[in-house]
Amino acid sequence: MSSDAAFEGGQQERAAVLRDSVGVSVATGAYGISFGAISSAGGLSIWQTMALSLLMFSGGSQFGLVGVVAGGGSPWAGAATAVMLGARNALYGLRLSTLLGVRSWRRLLTAQVVIDESSAMSMGRSSKRAGRLGFYATGVGVFGLWNLGTLIGAVGASVLSDPRVLGLDAAAPAAFIALLAPRLRGREPWAVAIAAAAIAVATTPLVPPGIPVLIAAAFGIFVGAWPGSSGRAR
Amino acid sequence: MIWPALLAGCVGVYLFKLAGLSVPAAVLQRPTVQRIAALLPIVLLAALIGVQAFGSGQTVHLDARVAGVAVAGLAVWRRAPFLLVVALAAVTTALVRHFLPGS
Repeated sequence: MSSDAAFEGGQQERAAVLRDSVGVSVATGAYGISFGAISSAGGLSIWQTMALSLLMFSGGSQFGLVGVVAGGGSPWAGAATAVMLGARNALYGLRLSTLLGVRSWRRLLTAQVVIDESSAMSMGRSSKRAGRLGFYATGVGVFGLWNLGTLIGAVGASVLSDPRVLGLDAAAPAAFIALLAPRLRGREPWAVAIAAAAIAVATTPLVPPGIPVLIAAAFGIFVGAWPGSSGRAR
Repeated sequence: MIWPALLAGCVGVYLFKLAGLSVPAAVLQRPTVQRIAALLPIVLLAALIGVQAFGSGQTVHLDARVAGVAVAGLAVWRRAPFLLVVALAAVTTALVRHFLPGS
């Protein structure tokens, strides 16, 4: 391949990477609207909802915290759930650290956009440059549109007097099903998921709200640490 | 008093993001750590589905939400996009509640 052709190929891939990033950002922004609405319906103020999207900025964790608080659980149980749901971001960072090679204050800023979408869009690229572009374009794009979407959803839902009339209390568990489904490949993840749900429901009358989810987390840690478990759950 | 817990949660989530970029690879590559990190989202999301579909404070009961969640499950199984799944759950629940007041 001549250097011109390589250059053109690079330009084409650059355009394709940016197009993918914009698509993912727009889709995630729309999903941000549902987060804003669910958070508002769950009793968080617009400021609290926005603080989550700006500072926590990890969809699953944000839904987790709001879910626990909306169910009457303590905000601390909600925060613990959110932090455990965010543990997977550490594994993304591990894969990204050699690709990005960021140090000092750049690392501190970059860490905030280490999320599902930006990590996914950095992988499988033909060059390190394209991988980095996919990561940053998606990370920054999702950050902007996720926060815009959150604001629209939170303001929109805050004008409702009773969000239950619109069925918004069923929207959160529906969102969790959509987040969980891609992880249920194979028999073991299914079995673990059903057991965890059963444990959480069974312990609901026995302990304060929010704690059943943490009991399920302890169960997950126990299964993962058990020697000989196949760990094909991905 | 939700703010202190909320901000602590934000710090915790951020520290996990930063840890991946900073911690030596050997620590996070241990098989047990990988297994637990893969299982945690599964057990937490499954528990949240159970609690949010059937729980209300410290009581467990069936109401209109169950219909919405069932429809969401079907929609996910049929590979519907995220927003459609959420919207179908809300609309179904709202309709059941409209026709069966108090559910």
